[in-house]
Amino acid sequence: FAGLADVSISEEIPVEGQITVPVGSHSPDEDGSTLDEPVRETIMRDLKAVGKKFVHVLYPRKSSTLLRDWDLWGPLVLCVSLALMLQGGSADSKDDGGPQFAEVFVIIWFGAVVITLNSKLLGGTISFFQSLCVLGYCVLPLTVGMLVCRLVLLAGSGTISFIIRLVVVLAMFAWSTLASTAFLADSQPPNRKALVVYPIFLFYFVISWMILTFTPQ
Amino acid sequence: GGSAVIDMENMDDTSGSSFEDMGEMHQRMKEEEEEEAEGEAGAAEEEDGEFLGMKGLRGQLGRQVADQMWQVGKRQASRAFSLYANIDILRPYFDVEPVQVRARLLESMIPVKMINFPQKIAGELYGPLMLVFTLVAILLHGMKTSDTIIREGTLMGTAIGTCFGYWLGVSAFIYFLAYLCNAQITMVQMLSLLGYGLFGHCITLFVTYNIHFHSLFYIFWLVVGGLSTLRMVAVLVSRTVGHTQRLILCGTLAALHMLFLLYLHFAYHKVVEGILDTLEGPNMPPFQRVARDIPVVSNAVLNTTTKTVALTL
Repeated sequence: FAGLADVSISEEIPVEGQITVPVGSHSPDEDGSTLDEPVRETIMRDLKAVGKKFVHVLYPRKSSTLLRDWDLWGPLVLCVSLALMLQGGSADSKDDGGPQFAEVFVIIWFGAVVITLNSKLLGGTISFFQSLCVLGYCVLPLTVGMLVCRLVLLAGSGTISFIIRLVVVLAMFAWSTLASTAFLADSQPPNRKALVVYPIFLFYFVISWMILTFTPQ
Repeated sequence: GGSAVIDMENMDDTSGSSFEDMGEMHQRMKEEEEEEAEGEAGAAEEEDGEFLGMKGLRGQLGRQVADQMWQVGKRQASRAFSLYANIDILRPYFDVEPVQVRARLLESMIPVKMINFPQKIAGELYGPLMLVFTLVAILLHGMKTSDTIIREGTLMGTAIGTCFGYWLGVSAFIYFLAYLCNAQITMVQMLSLLGYGLFGHCITLFVTYNIHFHSLFYIFWLVVGGLSTLRMVAVLVSRTVGHTQRLILCGTLAALHMLFLLYLHFAYHKVVEGILDTLEGPNMPPFQRVARDIPVVSNAVLNTTTKTVALTL
């Protein structure tokens, strides 16, 4: 600090005020209140946030709620339920059964990571986890489609059921792709939107294919 | 209110809010630790406490906490930086516009005429990567007959492994041959060239998985596969000098590329055929029977691939 030793502060310039960092008066109270609140409130707050995001996916409007407060609870729940429903039940030693839980899980997360990296490399302004969040939440229509398919398969597995399932899965696939495009495409430079949308299309296509070709053993 | 006059002479009494202060404190912490290790704990602490003008133990605890936070922050920052630095290495290879991608896709089917002048290859990875993923999706789509669910788990891993293995493995192999034959091509260019060459494969498989005419497949194999192979071969020839080298390089690439298309069609087609056969029994339309010409070979090939991919994964 040798160079600073000969700085002198003139008496005319008032040097006043607080040196300490102003800790806002609300902050300790807030900490206290979220620590002291009942567990039910904490859980309900998180559940409400997740639920709000589900609604945003079902009715995709250009809003930034999904992007601003990203969380991965919703994608985890959706991925686990989809993987559970897609498990082929066959315990036959000759056959593998359907895609196993781990396979679906890995494909979904690996695909989401690849798409995120791709959109970042193409110059996107969205962060890694925000993109994962959006892609995960937009699996919701496909999970609903899977549920419907299972119910239809309970009724029978003929040609008509196949046609119904095809229509349902196609509709859900289009819905998922449109929903995720509505959120993600805005973060790209305008002339490169198609480059980002295509891998998303492929990703949901593969998931839709897994759903459509599922038959319970 | 009071006035806070900063007395420069007593800057030793720091609150640890600037990096220089942290650095100095860190330095003093290190020296302190060394002294402690030598067993002069008490004296050093007292000495430092007095020197820094802080009140003994409380001040020291504060220093340690601040120091630890700085260390953790520094570590996190350097980790994050190395992660982003890795992504940035790939960024220039993804700098494309949609029109460029479309143009390159169409160009990959048009063999160049001028082979005396080294042809330009765009070192771009977006198009090839998307084409490999599309090929994987098309392979999976080819299994749309519902009973292939039985093998679905293995087939998905096999499809991904096959396509990526081909793209990366054959690129590396041809790059190695190019190095031996003194061809002027870099690894990224080779990846790009082979990746775009898969466009022909994608078209062929997409059409022939939906229309199961065998003669149609052979026509597509020769025409579409041949065109994309010719383009790759012409580009490589334009970058290689010497007849023997050209022959080796281009012969290998042509053989591998055409054989891969053949393999993709027959190995996966056979699975569909076999299952359709068991489903429909003797009522199979005649043209579908042609597929059973080489059942032994197809089966062996498919089994070997599955085993190889499973072993490498």
